[in-house]
Amino acid sequence: MASATTLSPHAAPGASEGGTPAALPPSAQGFFGFTRAQGIALLVLIAALIACPFFLYPQFLMKLLCFALFACAFNLLIGYVGLLSFGHAAYFGMGSYIAAHAAKVWGLTPELSILLGGVAGAAFGLVFGWIAIRRAGIYFAMITLALAQMVYFFCLQAPFTHGEDGIQSIPRGMLFGVIDLRADMNMYWFVAALFLVGFLLIHRIIHSPFGQVLTAIRENEPRATSLGYRTDDYKLVAFVLSAGIAGIAGGAKAITVGIATLTDVHWSMSGEVVLMTLLGGLGTLFGPVIGAGAVVSMQTYLAPFGAWVTIIQGVIFVLCVLAFRAGIVGEIARMLRVKL
Amino acid sequence: MLEELLFQLEMSAPQIVLGLVNGAFYALLSLGLAVIFGMLNVINFAHGAQFMMGAFVAWMLLNWAGIPYWGALILSPLIVGVFGVILERTMISRLYKLDHLYGLLLTFGLALIIEGLFRNQFGSSGLPYAPPAALTGAPLDLGFMMLPKYRVWVVVAAFAVCIATWLVIEKTRLGAYLRAATENAPLVQAFGVNVPRMVTLTYAAGVGLAALAGVLAAPIYSVNPGMGSNFIITVFAVVVIGGMGSILGSVITGFGLGLVEGLTRVIYPEASATVIFVIMAIVLLARPAGLFGRA
Repeated sequence: MASATTLSPHAAPGASEGGTPAALPPSAQGFFGFTRAQGIALLVLIAALIACPFFLYPQFLMKLLCFALFACAFNLLIGYVGLLSFGHAAYFGMGSYIAAHAAKVWGLTPELSILLGGVAGAAFGLVFGWIAIRRAGIYFAMITLALAQMVYFFCLQAPFTHGEDGIQSIPRGMLFGVIDLRADMNMYWFVAALFLVGFLLIHRIIHSPFGQVLTAIRENEPRATSLGYRTDDYKLVAFVLSAGIAGIAGGAKAITVGIATLTDVHWSMSGEVVLMTLLGGLGTLFGPVIGAGAVVSMQTYLAPFGAWVTIIQGVIFVLCVLAFRAGIVGEIARMLRVKL
Repeated sequence: MLEELLFQLEMSAPQIVLGLVNGAFYALLSLGLAVIFGMLNVINFAHGAQFMMGAFVAWMLLNWAGIPYWGALILSPLIVGVFGVILERTMISRLYKLDHLYGLLLTFGLALIIEGLFRNQFGSSGLPYAPPAALTGAPLDLGFMMLPKYRVWVVVAAFAVCIATWLVIEKTRLGAYLRAATENAPLVQAFGVNVPRMVTLTYAAGVGLAALAGVLAAPIYSVNPGMGSNFIITVFAVVVIGGMGSILGSVITGFGLGLVEGLTRVIYPEASATVIFVIMAIVLLARPAGLFGRA
């Protein structure tokens, strides 16, 4: 079946007033492809990155930033190519395990370990993406979910993951062999820089000619094909990029928190990244960051209430789908009539 | 040589039966998913949660109302089916005009809520549910193996329900309406058939099938809030392998893959959890539309 439909928050007929499609060529927009509103939002984000560690617990912020990068990577696929991957935990989790193994067993420096995590994510993304892009729409979601479940069972049995225990007490090590990351603030600046680089990289990808083709595929795949683009190749490259960045986010999370477990590859993690992006706003630049902030805060502060976290997450899913499909940032952007 | 072969058979037969039992659940669940998807164009992610609800309702009926297994087999699907009607009317029906993926996201959220509520109420560890007296007692002795009666019942009952569903859809007037509405709903509505009500009842029927599978599963697996989510992802793979185009196809694929899983547990146990996903990958490479699907 040809269900190459797009997942746009304004997919309902006659509800497209807020959607300013990325019709402008990159050069016509402001600095580095940011519109003015996005530029201001970016400055606010950077200011927040600098100011927050003086008010909030750095450990919490680092975890938040890793998940924010993860959600941005996921948004690259759903927001700009229209592919719902329901198995992104596989790339995040493998990145986490490989980085943990590299840092602990092989004794590599943290930046190399995280890079290896990214490579692992991209490699899995290449194979799984190659299999999954044969189908579109709802089947794509089910296939990615099933493949990720296979990775979960693999991690449950493989000796290097240590099964239920996971890889524990991962050393943070010395960044580039010089900077001691055991100091929380050093680690924080490293993670913040990594997040910012990833965030800008994703923005750059979206606003490159390559990204414009991705948007064209999202809007109308048969038409992109008729214009001579090999849409499957574009989708696969986008998938690998997304999986690779997810792997880096996973690796950074493992080094930061010092533990890589089965939670990282479980399907509920795939669900969480969908929730972060949906809550923040699909296809918005800053939405995944805000969404990750909301979800991670909720998990941290509601942790004592046990299963209620799951219930609240489910309720947010339902509310987002039924009532505000544009997400937090999407709604704000619509109110302010800008693109964020 | 022959003795060795018999020994092998003796060792592996229980695993194969277990595979068939699993296959029965795969078939029932993927059948429900296919019926719902055909009419609603929604992949019902809450299917696993509704399977779990079926088992829990059976447990509640027994422990709180004293209604035994046979009553639960009828009542539990009805109760969960009514719950399905409420879900469809209040939430899912608002999404038909949107991208199908929103249906997946909504039902995923519903699954989280249902599972979380049951976890809050009953905890994560399982509750026991005894099989009915008529199906306990001495297992059937086949010479080379002992066959527990309840497992035979599950396979036979699931198969019968699958065939009945197929007959309803392919051979009755109601089924003809259903198939017609799947092809072209506005046209069927123009002929005076109440399509929205049919959609609601289809969802209820699909959910009822999941609940029925849940009741059948209650005595085999312990009744616990996570029992559905473990199953449903494998069932998604089964659905991708079979393709959702044909009812009979999903039944054959369900039983067949259960059997393959059971055989794998004999030959190479480490792979038994992943074999269905590997088959899915191979099928996608060779025949992207699925074994029985239409491209």
